[in-house]
Amino acid sequence: MSTSNNSNPLPQKGAGGSVFVYCEIEGTQVQEVSQELLTKGRKLANTLGVQLEAVAAGSGITGKVESQILPYGVDKLHIFDAEGLAPYTSKPHTAVLVNLFKQEQPQICLMGADVVGRDLGPRVSSALHSGLTADCTALEIGPHEDKKNGKTYENLLYQIRPAFGGNIVATIVNPENRPQMATVRSGVMKAEVLDPNYPGQVIIEDVAKFVPEAEYVTKVLDRHVEAAKNNLKGASIIVAGGYGMGSKEGFDQLYELAKVLHAEVGASRAAVDAGFADHDLQIGQTGVTVRPKVYIACGISGAIQHVAGMKESGIIISINSDENAPINTIADYVINGTVEEVVPKLIKYYKQNSK
Amino acid sequence: MSLKIVVLAKQVPDTRNVGPDAMTPEGTVNRSALPAIFNPEDLNALEQALRLKDQFPGTTVTVLTMGPGRAAEVIREAMYRGADGGYLLTDRAFAGADTLATSYALATAIKHVCPDVDLIIGGRQAIDGDTAQVGPQVAEKLGLNQITYVEEIQTLSNSPLKGVNSGKEASPLRGGLEGSSLSITVKRHIDGGVETVESPLPCVLTVNGSAAPCRPRNVKRVMKYKRCLAPMELPQGTGFGDLPYAAEYEKKPYLKLGQLSCADVNADLQQCGLAGSPTKVKNVENIVFKAKESKVLTGSDDDVNGLIKELLASHTIG
Repeated sequence: MSTSNNSNPLPQKGAGGSVFVYCEIEGTQVQEVSQELLTKGRKLANTLGVQLEAVAAGSGITGKVESQILPYGVDKLHIFDAEGLAPYTSKPHTAVLVNLFKQEQPQICLMGADVVGRDLGPRVSSALHSGLTADCTALEIGPHEDKKNGKTYENLLYQIRPAFGGNIVATIVNPENRPQMATVRSGVMKAEVLDPNYPGQVIIEDVAKFVPEAEYVTKVLDRHVEAAKNNLKGASIIVAGGYGMGSKEGFDQLYELAKVLHAEVGASRAAVDAGFADHDLQIGQTGVTVRPKVYIACGISGAIQHVAGMKESGIIISINSDENAPINTIADYVINGTVEEVVPKLIKYYKQNSK
Repeated sequence: MSLKIVVLAKQVPDTRNVGPDAMTPEGTVNRSALPAIFNPEDLNALEQALRLKDQFPGTTVTVLTMGPGRAAEVIREAMYRGADGGYLLTDRAFAGADTLATSYALATAIKHVCPDVDLIIGGRQAIDGDTAQVGPQVAEKLGLNQITYVEEIQTLSNSPLKGVNSGKEASPLRGGLEGSSLSITVKRHIDGGVETVESPLPCVLTVNGSAAPCRPRNVKRVMKYKRCLAPMELPQGTGFGDLPYAAEYEKKPYLKLGQLSCADVNADLQQCGLAGSPTKVKNVENIVFKAKESKVLTGSDDDVNGLIKELLASHTIG
């Protein structure tokens, strides 16, 4: 199935600008989160009847990133290729987006809610005086009525995110200011190629016109990036521990269970905050979003932020001594018991039965 | 070499102890229903500032916080741990601010109270919003560079930056000092790794929770500063002269904490509070999980064994 440009005619000027996605690039590799956002951006652009445009800024990327971006249904790709644009630093990339957006007037801008996006997004939003919502877990298009001013708005971006300790989910809108900006964590949206030969236009921009020399102020002296130590995103079975694991030693017994089940170990924020596990194991709104076949939640109560990051798991097993733990309501299997008691039994009976 | 450092700190509701009355029906935070604490990562930020103060005598560490009267508690707490003083930015006009309007107010206050600031340090994010937006937005509003996700300040040097400093634009701050060649080197966390970067001063840093924890209170400082008060904290219609220890406030002016209103810092009302916030809360829902039909088991051997057998039989595991 291919969607050509003709089925998405260019909007009339003033009818609403394009949907823009800032693509994050490590070397010449477009990050997964950006491809996930391009997929979502394509859907939003279709709903709005506007174009999807992408921004790629880096060094030596021309000829290398196009094939990683256009197939997601990108109508226009703006490439900024200059030595000072990689590795990422705040001010030059801000200048790229701010000056491009002043020219192109997008209505929506999406970026990843990782270190780069959370450094760049707020700076761009401040410069453009536009609203930004961090760590959204869903994005939709809909109307909004401002009862105080008696004004109604059509086709606003609903920026949906859990807030405030996870007790609520808030829908945020930016009625008056453009672009409407949102950051989304890796794994929240799904990347899907629309058409490997999608006929998008590539524009090689003149970087000097967008980024004054004075913006190159941060000097990167040393940089060390490793491939992710865990494979939570791709794991088919995840054993995750929460505050209920009681201690670092208690938490560590999950590694044994994970080893037996060929699973990856994850953690709730409470467990990370308590020092039971490293931050890169955190599952949830401000961590990784996962969709394993089996999710075993051990001593996890199930704050919304955590559930936001694992609710699409195939089968959820909750082990909790609290029968009323919120996570139990979305679990397929609830084991009422302590983790100290149940985890060793899972190991024992798995070994016994799997032979 | 001595520095002027502003630490941005926020008093936050302790979101780890949220009760059912935590939210008002309008969807805003019912702050009075929650214990208020010093935002954890702002303490990490304070420690980085105090380390520079240890290293460079004469350095001043000023805390800036925005909030109601009781938020002055974070200024006292910071002073107990080593800060020199602070300002409470407080005004009804600031109420309902999103991150952008908050950043505008903070940036405006910094320009007013510390125009020659060298370094602004805050926590990466506050636990009540988790947005991590205020640091970079304050930096942008002041035209300063930013380094986020800081793990550790490594060196502060006088040596001019090679190549990167040429043609540096004058910041609205430090009017006469744009030729200054002070630069800072920090280690920061990036996705999947670490980075060491150097930036000219002045600049804004935001510090991670994994950075060095803040030093504890110093008993002597607690004794010295425990009666520090912001005017906002006094009972309505009373002044420092009406307090039981009125004479002390006369003798020791440092006991009166700085307090700034919207007018004090010449802030534009249209950019403050709700009016200055591009983002609006459309609605707020209490989350009710779509309950699944769950199979409830006990931790008994039979139940666990049965579950494993069932999952193996359906090839869910194994």
